[in-house]
This record gives sequence, C-alpha cells and structure tokens, in this order.
Amino acid sequence: MSETLLFYFFAGIAVVASALVIGQRNPMYSIMLLILSFGALSGLYIQLDAPFVAMAQVIVYAGAIMVLFLFVVMLLNAPQEDAAEWDRTHPLRRPGVARFGALLAGLLIVQLVWALVRVNDASAAVGARGDVAAISSVRSVGRVLFTDYVFAFEATSILILVAMVGAVLLAAREPGR
Amino acid sequence: MIPLGHYLIVSAILFAIGTAGVFLRRNLITILLSIEIMLNAVNLSFVAFGRAQGNVDGQIITFFVMTVAAAEAAVGLAIVIGLFRHRESLNPDAFTSLKW
Amino acid sequence: MDQATLRFVVQLGIIGFTFFMLINASALLVLAERKIMGFMQQRYGPYLVGPHGILQPLADILKLLFKEELRPKDADKWLFTLAPIISVTTAFAAFAAVPWGAETTFFGLLDTPVKLGVADVNVAVLVVFAITSMGVYGIVLAGWSSNSKYSLLGGLRSSAQMISYELAYATTLASVIMLAGSLSLREVVDAQSGYWLGFIPRWYLFLQPVGFIIYVIAGVAETNRAPFDFPEAEQELVAGYNTEYSSVRFALFPQAEYINMTTMSAVATDLFLGGWHGPLLERWGLGWVWFLIKVGVILFTYIWVRWTVPRYRYDQLMQFGWKWLFPAAVLNLIATAAAILYFNV
Repeated sequence: MSETLLFYFFAGIAVVASALVIGQRNPMYSIMLLILSFGALSGLYIQLDAPFVAMAQVIVYAGAIMVLFLFVVMLLNAPQEDAAEWDRTHPLRRPGVARFGALLAGLLIVQLVWALVRVNDASAAVGARGDVAAISSVRSVGRVLFTDYVFAFEATSILILVAMVGAVLLAAREPGR
Repeated sequence: MIPLGHYLIVSAILFAIGTAGVFLRRNLITILLSIEIMLNAVNLSFVAFGRAQGNVDGQIITFFVMTVAAAEAAVGLAIVIGLFRHRESLNPDAFTSLKW
Repeated sequence: MDQATLRFVVQLGIIGFTFFMLINASALLVLAERKIMGFMQQRYGPYLVGPHGILQPLADILKLLFKEELRPKDADKWLFTLAPIISVTTAFAAFAAVPWGAETTFFGLLDTPVKLGVADVNVAVLVVFAITSMGVYGIVLAGWSSNSKYSLLGGLRSSAQMISYELAYATTLASVIMLAGSLSLREVVDAQSGYWLGFIPRWYLFLQPVGFIIYVIAGVAETNRAPFDFPEAEQELVAGYNTEYSSVRFALFPQAEYINMTTMSAVATDLFLGGWHGPLLERWGLGWVWFLIKVGVILFTYIWVRWTVPRYRYDQLMQFGWKWLFPAAVLNLIATAAAILYFNV
C-alpha cells in the first residue's frame, strides 16, 4: 500500500515536472524543474531496488549535467524566446498544422503505451524475480560491469575523454579575439 | 507490488513529453533539456526491465546511457555557446542559412 | 505499548534529536568561531551577552529575525527565496545518512537494538556525496537571482570551486571504500574497531594519512570556508553570493555553511577517525560521546585554519584543486589499490 502510494507520488512528480519543463519560458525555471524530475526518478529507481543507479542519477544528472546547463544559461545570459512573435509567425502554429501535430503526439503516446503493456509479463509485480540483496548491492553491479561489460566501460571512458576535449575546443574563443 | 507495466507507462509518457519538447520549443537549451528527458525515460525502462528479469544488466546499461548523455550534453552545450557567439540568438530558426 | 510502536517512537525521537543537535551545532559554531577567533587574537570575543558570552548566538539569531526582509526589485521572485531553502535543506539532509552511534537498546528498553543515526542505507557514502553536491544549486541560484554583479561573480566562483573540489573529495572517498569493502558508513566505522598491538586504534587515518589530508582540504573547499572562501570574501566581493540577502533568508546561508561543516566533519570522523569507537565509553553505550569529541576536534581545526591562514586567490584556488589536489587523490587511490592487492588487506 505504501509502496503504491510512493510510486504514484514519485511518478506524478516526474511526469508533472517534465511537462512543466517543456512549457516554461525561462530556461532557468526549466532547469530547476528538470532537477526536480530527476530527483523523483531517483526515487523510482530506489523503489526498483537500484540504489546505486539512484545515487548515480543524483550525482551525475542532477548534480553535474544540470550544473553544466545552469552555467551555460547564466553565462550566455540568453534572451528568452519572444513568445508573442513566435505565436504570430511560426508555421508550426497554424491551426491545421497544430491540430495534426497534436493528433500525431497523441498517437505516439497511445502506440508507446500499447507496445509496452503488451510485453510478456507486464502485469507481473516488478520485484517478483531475483534476489533483492544481490541485485541492489553495489558489489554485484561492479562485478558484472568489470567482467561482462568491461569493453564498453573502457570505451565509455575514451568517449568521455573525447567529449571533454571536444567541448573545450568548441567553446574556446579563437586566439586573438 | 507494482506491476512492470506501470513503470513502462511512466517511461512512455516521459518519452513523449521529451519528444514534444524537442519538436515544439524554439530555444536550443530547452531542446537539449528535452533530449535529457527522453534519455531519462529510457533509463527508467531499462532499470524496470532489468529488475523484472532479476539481474543487474538493466542498471549497467543505465550507466552507459548516463555517461553518453553527459558527453552529449557537454558537446551540445559547447556547440550552443559557439552558435550563440555567432548570432546572439538561441532560436534554431536563426541558423537556417543552409536550408534550401 | 508494544515493541513495534515503541521502536517507531524511539526512531522518531532519534531523528528529532539529530535535527535538534544539528541546529544546536550551528548555533554553537557561531559562538565557537567568534570565541576561538578571539582567543587566538588574544582578546575575549563575545563577552557581554550571558555569562562569558554564551548567549551570543541567541542574540545574533534574534537580531536577524527582526531585520527587514529585503528583496531587490529585479531579483527573480521564486529563485531568490528558493536558493537559501535549497542550501539549508541539502545541508540537513546530507546528515541523514551519517550514523553517529553504535546500536543500542537504551538500557534494555527495546528488545532488539536500534541503530543510532537517522537512516542506515547501504550506499550511505554516495548519498552524502550526492546531497552535498546538490548544495551547489543554493549558491549558484543565490548568485544569479540577486541580479547584482557581485552576487553573480561570487555565485559563479563559488560553484565552480565546489564542483572542482568534488573530484578530489570523491576520489578520496573511493580509496577509503576500497579499504573497507563497503559503501555503508556504518560498515566503514565497524571496520575500524579494534586495536593493533593492543593500543593503536585501527583508524583509517593511519592507513590513509594522505587521503585524510586531501579529504579535509577538499572538505574545507566544499564548504566555502577559509582559506578557500574567496567567493564570500568580505574584502573583495562585498559579501559574494549573499550580498543582497537580509534577515531570515540571509541567516539560512551561514546556518547551511555551519551544518555542511558539521556534516563534513562527521563523515571524516566516520571514514578516518573510527567514528564512535574509543576506549572505555563504549562499554556503557556512550560511543556517541567519542563521536562528538572527534567531530569537535575537526570543527576546531576548521575554525583554527580559518583564522590562521590567509585567503587563496581565486585562480590559485582553482589551480590547486585541479593540478595538485586531484592528481594527489588519484595517486593515493592507485597506491591504495596496489597496497590492498599486494598485502591482501
């Protein structure tokens, strides 16, 4: 009972916060709402017996990537979208196109939900199989990560290195400016 | 106990919200944020499926998705900074000079 | 009442007690800082309010409560108020995963012992790290939403400093975790019980001296304390990110800073100084007194360093964090891993 309540609480916050993210005019508010959504998702991960992923979500996503977004928004001091002008002139806002787009969005949601609930044991309790202590322990995650998936792990570290170098190069001012 | 379908529905809704954000918003930063929402939805799916199968593989793939998302956010934001320096605007419609 | 309700009530009591002690800690630190600073500068410090100035924190808090609540006209309405709330909430929340005493049955009141600490999570080290890294947002938002150049500069510098020193902090955590073999703070403390040769306690301070020094330095930088307090330097930046704040919103920032200091000291005690283990007192279930003493020693060191060492310049600060501290932490990690493999510890 309390588990179901917690699930709806976290899921509700995640969905509502994400919906608000895409509706905000001010990107700072979008970022703060997205941090809230990530926190709620972290709660859902804890309910799925994945405490390490939950904490990694807070540390990496909410604590690092969002700080990066925040810095960029603050440093660029970007003007907010001029909503009125966009409402008037943008081709996507013409009534026919907008209605068609909404229909497609609705179809996407329906299709996704339909496909996902036709998964074999979608109505089985998600915590039924597997040993909770083994799944939620960091030791087992580490063991599998460094034995079965070690190549992907090493490749990911090179990916991060490349991204770091690339980001520094792309954002650096040209010399002499 | 919560059925697997519930988690998958949440993941589907989040993914759709992210997609809507990418298509509807005309601000580069918000588009990148919507991409992050989509990646998170996928992470939730992975962890839910991994738990349903009773092993840790879902969590491991989640790490890789998170890492890739971090790398992509970093490079994406660097590009946004470069674009902003060029045109003083974050509207993607300002960068359509290569469009036919 | 039956045991289940009694346990529930006792655990609520422990949570309330922890919260109460944290608030007391921040008040005591206000006084301790000024008294210790005074004694180091060969003067008395606060002396008039209460006997030997003991009621000074009360006077300070009352003064702050009665001040006028100002908000700059163009300051962002929501974020301006949200920033101190985030700072304080993350500061208190981080202490939730820190255990501060051994299991106890409260002299037979309970059937099964209850652990002293708000929560016992098996990834406690990560939880503390995650929540303290959320504390960056309080400062960044304070700097940004005040709509003032001093605040923005202070906020940006402070957050860049905090996220830079998080690397060295996390790497040192990784070294200790390797030694203990667990992410749970309670297990890390329990791995430090006992003595070598009968009298040297098995603290990780002796196995990881470099790690301890790096951790304390990174902790000082994380909490924006001197000598790394350039972002709130009075002389250079007016007051940095909390320039435009007044009254209660302002009071929350130093409180968050003191509680962050307490959390860092508590985690350092758990990781390196053996937590609540010590001679004699544990026999009567008073291990938490040792915990208090050790946390107090580290807090005293915090205050001592602040009033002894001059402030770092900002670029020196960042250089130190990235070029010296983080490589040192990585080398410490590699050396620890090699030693564990070689000595089969």
